[in-house]
Amino acid sequence: MQNLALIAPLIILFPSVGAFINFVWGPKLNERASAIIGSVAAGATFFIALGMFSYLTGNNFQPAIIDPPLLDGWLRIPSANLEIPWQQRIDTLSVTMLLFVTFVGTLIHIYAAGYMHGDKRFSRFFAYLNMFLAFMLILVTGNNFLMMFVGWEGVGVCSYLLIGFWWDKPKGEGIKNANAARKAFIANRVGDFGVLMALFLTFWTFGSLDFFKPTEIANPAHYEHLVHEDDSHAGEEDSHSGEEGDDHGGEGEGESTTAQTVALSTDTTVAQEGEEDDHGGEAAADDHGGEESHSDPFGFYVNNDHLTYNQLGVFGQAEKLLKLGEGETLDRGDGTQVGRTVVIGSWTTDIDTVVSLIALFMLLGAAGKSAQIPLFVWLPDAMAGPTPVSALIHAATMVTAGVYMMVRSNTFFYYADEVSLIVTIIGGVTALAAGFMALGQWDIKRVLAYSTVSQLGFMVAAVGIGAYAAAIFHMMTHAFFKALLFLGSGSVIHGMEHGHHHLHDHGHGAGGHGHDDKAHAAAHDSHGHDSHGHDSHGHDEKHDDHAHDDHFDPQDMRTMGGLSRRMPITYITYVIGAAALAGIWPLSGFWSKDEILADAWRAAIFDGKLSGYIALGLLLAAAFMTAFYMTRQVWLVFHGEGRHDAVKHVPESVWQMTVPLIILGVFSVFIGFVNLPSDPGVSSLGLEAVFGLHALTDWLEYSVLHAHVGAFEWLIALVATGVGLAAIFLGIRIYGGANPLNEKNEDPLYVNRGFRPLFVFSNARMYWDEAYDRLFIRPFQAIARLLARVDWDFWHDYVHDSVITKGFNGVAKILSQPVDNGLIDGTVRGVGRLVKGISGVLRQAQTGYVRVYAVALLVGVVAVVVLMLLPVLQG
Amino acid sequence: MEMTGLSLLTVVLFLPMVGLTILMFMNEEKQRNAIRWTTFGFSIATFLLSLLLWALHDPANPGLQFVQRNDWLPTFGVSYYVGIDGLGLILVLLTTFIMPLAILFSFTSHIFEERGREKLYYIFMLLLEWAMIGVFVAQDLVIFYIFWEVTLVPMYFLVGIWGGDQRVYAAVKFFLYTMAGSILMLLAVLYVGGQAGTFAVPEIVAGVQAGTLVFPFDGLFSTQSFLFLGFLIAFAIKVPIFPFHSWLPDAHVQAPTAGSVILAGVLLKMGTYGIIRFCLPMFPEASVAWAPVVGVLGVIGIIYGAWVSYAQQDIKKLVAYSSVSHMGFVVIGIFALNAQGMQGAVLQMVNHGISTGGLFLLVGMLYERRHTKDINAYGGIWKALPFFGALSLIITLSSMGLPGLNGFVGEFTILLGTLGSDVLGITFALFATLGVILAAIYMLYMFQKVFLGELDKPENQHLHPMTWPEVTVLVVVVVMVFWIGVQPAIWFEMMDSSTNAIVDSVAQFTPQLTAMLR
Amino acid sequence: MVPTEAYVILSMVLFAMGTLGVLLRRNAIIVFMSVELMLNASNLALVAFSRQWQGVDGQLFTFFVMTVAAAEVAVGLALIVAIFRTKQSINIDELHLMEG
Repeated sequence: MQNLALIAPLIILFPSVGAFINFVWGPKLNERASAIIGSVAAGATFFIALGMFSYLTGNNFQPAIIDPPLLDGWLRIPSANLEIPWQQRIDTLSVTMLLFVTFVGTLIHIYAAGYMHGDKRFSRFFAYLNMFLAFMLILVTGNNFLMMFVGWEGVGVCSYLLIGFWWDKPKGEGIKNANAARKAFIANRVGDFGVLMALFLTFWTFGSLDFFKPTEIANPAHYEHLVHEDDSHAGEEDSHSGEEGDDHGGEGEGESTTAQTVALSTDTTVAQEGEEDDHGGEAAADDHGGEESHSDPFGFYVNNDHLTYNQLGVFGQAEKLLKLGEGETLDRGDGTQVGRTVVIGSWTTDIDTVVSLIALFMLLGAAGKSAQIPLFVWLPDAMAGPTPVSALIHAATMVTAGVYMMVRSNTFFYYADEVSLIVTIIGGVTALAAGFMALGQWDIKRVLAYSTVSQLGFMVAAVGIGAYAAAIFHMMTHAFFKALLFLGSGSVIHGMEHGHHHLHDHGHGAGGHGHDDKAHAAAHDSHGHDSHGHDSHGHDEKHDDHAHDDHFDPQDMRTMGGLSRRMPITYITYVIGAAALAGIWPLSGFWSKDEILADAWRAAIFDGKLSGYIALGLLLAAAFMTAFYMTRQVWLVFHGEGRHDAVKHVPESVWQMTVPLIILGVFSVFIGFVNLPSDPGVSSLGLEAVFGLHALTDWLEYSVLHAHVGAFEWLIALVATGVGLAAIFLGIRIYGGANPLNEKNEDPLYVNRGFRPLFVFSNARMYWDEAYDRLFIRPFQAIARLLARVDWDFWHDYVHDSVITKGFNGVAKILSQPVDNGLIDGTVRGVGRLVKGISGVLRQAQTGYVRVYAVALLVGVVAVVVLMLLPVLQG
Repeated sequence: MEMTGLSLLTVVLFLPMVGLTILMFMNEEKQRNAIRWTTFGFSIATFLLSLLLWALHDPANPGLQFVQRNDWLPTFGVSYYVGIDGLGLILVLLTTFIMPLAILFSFTSHIFEERGREKLYYIFMLLLEWAMIGVFVAQDLVIFYIFWEVTLVPMYFLVGIWGGDQRVYAAVKFFLYTMAGSILMLLAVLYVGGQAGTFAVPEIVAGVQAGTLVFPFDGLFSTQSFLFLGFLIAFAIKVPIFPFHSWLPDAHVQAPTAGSVILAGVLLKMGTYGIIRFCLPMFPEASVAWAPVVGVLGVIGIIYGAWVSYAQQDIKKLVAYSSVSHMGFVVIGIFALNAQGMQGAVLQMVNHGISTGGLFLLVGMLYERRHTKDINAYGGIWKALPFFGALSLIITLSSMGLPGLNGFVGEFTILLGTLGSDVLGITFALFATLGVILAAIYMLYMFQKVFLGELDKPENQHLHPMTWPEVTVLVVVVVMVFWIGVQPAIWFEMMDSSTNAIVDSVAQFTPQLTAMLR
Repeated sequence: MVPTEAYVILSMVLFAMGTLGVLLRRNAIIVFMSVELMLNASNLALVAFSRQWQGVDGQLFTFFVMTVAAAEVAVGLALIVAIFRTKQSINIDELHLMEG
């Protein structure tokens, strides 16, 4: 089935075409057609992703590298050995990303068809969503850093366009949306700066930007069992090699072969069977043997012995260089040697420094994309976009790109210990700080936004402690339950708008409120920069008046309460999502979070790593925050009594919205089982029989060299669960009443004097935005204005007018008066005067008397004669 | 001296002059449309012929092709000597590509309603095209100098007659600043010609490479360095490299739209082209020695231009300063003195010509409708002109260097080259890459101010829809933006061998020089 | 035969007398006559040398001088008459228009 991989370019083509159609003909299409085109394009990518999955399982997880047809290479400078192709990589890591990105993406497309109903740029919205999907898939499937960067920036642009989707809303709301979009893009650009620097260093160190070359194996050790199979079944292999690509034949042999695998533990085998399930481990049977003479680019190599150093990709080279001892060298394959010394232009250093630098720059990039300290500030503001966007881009997919990049580059991080420590600290602190900021928010989406930042912190911290598979695992589960939560919140917001609209129609005659729902939603979709003041601290009487008036905010949790009775489906799915996020056993969040914590525990205890202790401490605290703020949110939104009349008129959402919620809810429950830790005991409910143990990790290990299998730690699992339950218990105690807020709509934590400063600090989002405003934005603008003034007033005007022009005029004056008139004319005139003076003296001799002249003549004659005669006289 | 027959290149060069001659015999009042179409026709014909040049050009050959050489002033060693290699070709193509766009855009421009003299305008356009092509094909220093100076004349009048309110000030400033630099170049040209006995650049370069022609060099201030600086300052003013940029905002702001497009699209490139063609191969040691200094100016230009750009309230000025920033990239790319940097720089010249030319077209179209360049007068334009807004976004993103669009390819290769350069290195790359962040800041600021937000100003609500020349021009620009962004390999191939020859001619002096200077 | 020296000495004396006359006298007529005396002194010397060398050059030259002298007299006297008419005097000290 190797040809199956050749359809990989379609995964980008479909959404591109969908986007193109909606762009060009969108205004002429009706909503239904736009939505169908967009959703079908997205759905098609999911089926192609499934195809890629079956390709991998059917081909022994051999990565495929696909050059898209019709396109020539991309960047190619022959004389500089620069060759960067458009090339897709289908391997287990990219397919993992593909699967959940396309799946969640498709659901969100369907959801958006309901949510965006009535928007005047409906088709444009679907065009953007499709475009986003195309770029996200480029990001994920690119086989080199630069292609990844194309997707990276492309999703950034889509994010920019979608955050600012309602840029034309009245009363300054539109500009606020545009500001949020711009903030997101610029924060991301700061990160991109890091990525670019990392790419430059990578290129000069390894002479390439390709992750892996065709036929290169990312993790040879993980393929070892296939070699052993190969030895024992050499005959069988030959007989089956011809059938490859035809069908799934030979499953029987496949299973028996797999069962005889000797290199890896039995756990692995089970895992494979579980993972492959209906493909039944045809893996081993379908493939060719060992390193034996396959020039076919899809051929089957189990290690990289057939490749010289120069033929390896970036990570392969890095792996070899980093393992070299001091002074050792390695043959490049062209007769020259390469050692630990790296020469980049005029700069000479060693490989460790370079790799650390690359990792550090990548961390900056990841901090931008995956919203980590210090660049996370854009993500909460990005909630200005429509809710499906928040769910898709700013929770499930795009923001995970930073983590994806770090996992993809796990070789760099694995060897860069100090940088990994920094990564851990950044991730852990972000997780904790964002969790803290989440618990003081009033905006339903903003809570989720901080929660996303916090969960991304978990993933980054996981990368820091070397738990790469756990990071991807958490990314995957998070994509499901966070998308679920966002869509749920969208459903709530939608409902609140309807309720409020209804209220106005009946309660207030609605004369002046003829605007449609969407306009209203947009008007309040973002708090922009001023939400500090807007959300205030709940003790502002005036604010409450507004809440019942024109300034009704459908996202403000203070206006909600008791919605569980009005929207049961939303409620149930939301609670599932919240519980998964809080890490309640046995939902998906429990497994992924527990794996990170367990890995941190083992890094701390067994390896004695500082990063392990840091991660464990910070993340446990963050887990407590998570459970607490989710409890607060669920109770504020769904329980108690409605705090606004609008609640009474809230309807359940339409099927386009609830069906995706239900599907995501189901996945949020079960998706955690794809990576059960080894030895889970009773905790797995015996489901390892279905899913296998650490199936995802095994699967990822084919692409992620330093991934390792997570074990179950009862202690950590119990502590984490205990922490979560404690937080939930505490949350219910505080927010569990009929109306947890007091008569001024103040938070119980605010009412309690002891917690008031903390709540204020959290509500003000730790003053990050204000600090950045003072530290960076205002100085930047001030310097810009200063420079512009210096440039214009000084360099342009003053230098031109005063120095050059006046100088020119001045010199001209000097030249004309003193120089020309004085010196040059003076000289001429002086000569005249001199002649006159001399002649005045000489004229005295001219008496006019002929006699005198005659005497002179005589004297002259005599003198001449004497002179003539002198020689004669002297003899 | 070899004499050659008529070359296709000469035909390309003089075709605009033929058109110009025909224009002279036309009647402005009675044949207004014929004048427009004749001009456009000749610019298109020139473009098509230059495409033929491309088709016939052999990219594997680094030397000059389509050479034509005839004696002119044999006593002084001056000859009519034209020819192009890949580098010249790419810039000739840029010129002949930009000109029809600028001319087509002028069709619906309102400038003639105020200022009239439409025939003269098109005559100057063709004269300018002739001179610009001449600059890129001349292989004789004297001929080059003549073409170089001739470009000033039509531009001077384009700005001075059809420009904005301060057009005369701007035109004179533009003329004088460029002229001031040219004088230094003239001195250097005469000295070089005197020493070499010929003004033919390939022969001079060959002499320098072979060691038979020596311009003494022993440090930053020696004969060769002064010659290098003589050329460099002339080119630096044109580019403009950082401290010499103060004429640019005036010229850009005051020039008519087509003038700005040509100025940004082609004229600025003459400076960087000159550096590559003359400074580097003729004065290799001085180039290496001065590279860090020029590199610092380039980096300052990148950051400074971007930063100043952000504070502008006049859209055209904003774009003008962004040019300073973008051309800073080109400068450091050149002085990275390696293949990546150099080729990135050449491609970035093309990219900047297309993107910034496109931005000036956008501003021009807005100006045609609103007669103001104040950024605060706009807002929400995307709603009024949806298609225009979408195209603007693409051009803006291209100027910001979004991967997949043209700007990125150039910037990336330049920065890559800078980091790996023997003479510049990681510090330069670090600061230059900051320009990528800054570009997003000022470009998005502009885009937001003009296109986003509520369409609340009444005079913005009923804008004239786009005319067909405007649509055509912008669509062509956008197509190029995508094409170069996705398939830049074609362009790299075109110039690979030529630029590499230039890089090699300098690189052979690099090791001992860097050793000496450190 | 009278030696040439004698002629020469006479010629010198005559010349000296003429010179002194030109330099010292104020009457234009007298000055004029002194000039004639100097010319004739030279004529004498020419003739004397002509005889000594048995050549006719000197005598020939004398004729020239005599011719010139005649012309000079004609012009000179006319001038003097003209001067006298304007100045009512022939005192050459009054003729100093060439004074610087």
